Amino acid sequence: MRPVEVGHRGGERAPRSTRLLGRHELPIACEADIVLVRRKARSLAQAYGFDAFATAAITTAASELARNCWVHGGGGAAVVEELYDGTRHGLAMEFRDTGPGIGDVEWALAGGHSTTRSLGLGLSGSRRLVDEFALETARGEGTTVRIVKWKRF
Amino acid sequence: MSPIPILRIGTTLLCSVHVELDDALAERLQEDVLGTIERTGATGLVVDISGLETVDSYVARILADTGRMARLMGADTVLAGMRPEVAATLVRMGFPLEGVRAALDLDHGLALLAHGRSGATEGRRPGRTAP
Repeated sequence: MRPVEVGHRGGERAPRSTRLLGRHELPIACEADIVLVRRKARSLAQAYGFDAFATAAITTAASELARNCWVHGGGGAAVVEELYDGTRHGLAMEFRDTGPGIGDVEWALAGGHSTTRSLGLGLSGSRRLVDEFALETARGEGTTVRIVKWKRF
Repeated sequence: MSPIPILRIGTTLLCSVHVELDDALAERLQEDVLGTIERTGATGLVVDISGLETVDSYVARILADTGRMARLMGADTVLAGMRPEVAATLVRMGFPLEGVRAALDLDHGLALLAHGRSGATEGRRPGRTAP
């Protein structure tokens, strides 16, 4: 798969010393799974003491990307990771599907182009809500989106 | 029976969402609200979303669309009680909120509807004056 790094927000990428404290894999095989992924994201964000705004950002991004995975990718899986980089806790979420892939990543990320339902804000919107955002896609092979949100002090 | 009750108070419908909205439930709510407007001839609708911890772009679109649809049926709609973190998230995502009337809470939402009927201008929170 050809990696397409589309930049990060909120500072440098996590250093190599980042420790993985926990890992949860959730299937996205039906519409109801979107809610389960969203709930898992919310409960972990709250458990790590993210404030209400960060929790809403994480939960909403999870909801958008899980829906993309289901609606556009035909389903797949979400992997939620609990991270610690020595000073901060973070939550990483990766959404994988084996769908048709995204033909024009820049177009999709520009937002406002709905190919099915919603406003087409899923990708562009969730990118604005998180600190790190990386997307890999290949025609006919699928799409993987990874986001990270770090807890602020 | 809808999982989200729609109450009628005079010519106003009141709908308070206190369950997590998945896509199917949001769509159902939209249909129920429009059906109830048709049956009752309501001229106002307040949707209380203070119970919603997460509103993603899909649910936001359904809520905004419902307001526009209700207006086409002759009912003014006010979205009441959006939590601060939900408002912040939607704006940061770039969700276009134009055309959605909003109020701080249920009280203000009902007052805003009453205000609108008396021909006053929109966009001011009733019961409060500028400092």
